[in-house]
Amino acid sequence: MNGAHDLGGMMGFGPVIAETDEPVFHTEWERRAFAVTLAMGALGEWNLDQSRHARETLPPPQYLTSSYFQIWLAGLVKLLEEHGLATSDELASGTVRQPARQTRKPQLKAAGVVSAMAKGGPVDRAAPADALYKPGDKIVTVNMHPSGHTRLARYLRGHKGEIASVHGCHVFPDSNAMGLGEDPHWLYSVKFSACELWGGSHRRDDYVFADLWEPYLIGR
Amino acid sequence: MPDDDHSHNHEGSELSETALRVRALESLLIEKGYIDPAALDELIDLYETKVGPRNGARVVAKAWSDPDYMDWLDKDATAAIASLGFTGRQGEHMVAVRNTPETHNMVVCTLCSCYPWTVLGLPPVWYKSAPYRSRAVIDPRGVLADFGVELPQSTRVQVWDSTAEMRYLVIPMRPEGCEDWPEDKLADLVTRDSMIGTGLALPPAQVAA
Repeated sequence: MNGAHDLGGMMGFGPVIAETDEPVFHTEWERRAFAVTLAMGALGEWNLDQSRHARETLPPPQYLTSSYFQIWLAGLVKLLEEHGLATSDELASGTVRQPARQTRKPQLKAAGVVSAMAKGGPVDRAAPADALYKPGDKIVTVNMHPSGHTRLARYLRGHKGEIASVHGCHVFPDSNAMGLGEDPHWLYSVKFSACELWGGSHRRDDYVFADLWEPYLIGR
Repeated sequence: MPDDDHSHNHEGSELSETALRVRALESLLIEKGYIDPAALDELIDLYETKVGPRNGARVVAKAWSDPDYMDWLDKDATAAIASLGFTGRQGEHMVAVRNTPETHNMVVCTLCSCYPWTVLGLPPVWYKSAPYRSRAVIDPRGVLADFGVELPQSTRVQVWDSTAEMRYLVIPMRPEGCEDWPEDKLADLVTRDSMIGTGLALPPAQVAA
């Protein structure tokens, strides 16, 4: 969707200001919000693409005025309600009103944290067909504005690029985020010239690379 | 998005409200049996004290010292990085991009905050902020200037937008004057920002002492 999360190329946010000796977390609630989000994710009730979609469907004014962990928190609350793990009443009151329900995966235990994180969640899958493109092939990205989730950022739509490399066949977020299955597709590194994306005042030999799935591309 | 809601100098009512909400949410989810409080402590400890940019610095120092390892990073960064013990969440599929006098690489995630946790830890606030995510792709040289980095005009800039689950580690250029340094000392020259591409490796004189 064309949400506030899709920031590439927007203007007016000011300079990038880096903090000296920045701590990993700035407050105790950030620590807890981070860990609660990961621990709830481990229950297997939603996938990573669904968490991203929950965050990016926040109303733009809320998204743009929240800190990153506040966005995580709002996304988590939305997922808890949507998946029936907590009711809005419980979330508002902090009191249990409904019994917990069985989750797809068991509770993440302290002893399992290090191994679960070291394992991660690879998203490469067996290929259902041969890749359509190879390095050097010229493509143009589709022009689309889906109301659901996509990883084809707005600034990359309808532009000419070139296949730089083939990463493999990966879970397709546009499907996975909507609960429609993994629907794996070939994933490519696609190279775009800065002047193609941003106009003639930009250098032809500066580049943006993005990782794009086959359904985002049309051969030319 | 403002990055300063959690800064130390104005912990206003909004922040307290967030802190209270998180506390209520955590106790609700513990009471419902969905989460183990000890697992939360373990997760925090892991990403606050163990997984961080020193991992990436070891990868870079090894790449500088060992051409075979650099080749391996070029061909299969996931396996080369895993050989040092760095695997898992937000590092499942790695790509190493090498800076040269001709090409400078910089990494961003315009859509969220994708970042190679296994080698760099959790991202800094600026990486997740609207100023960086919006400008890195349209004005990378301006962003570099914000970081005090000015590249020669002849150097091309390549920005890697992490739109899928591929995670990028920049291999900064090895500075001159550290030809005979061992790997562990070389790692001290490798800053977090140099592995994102918003900085350069430190000059050896700065850490030689």
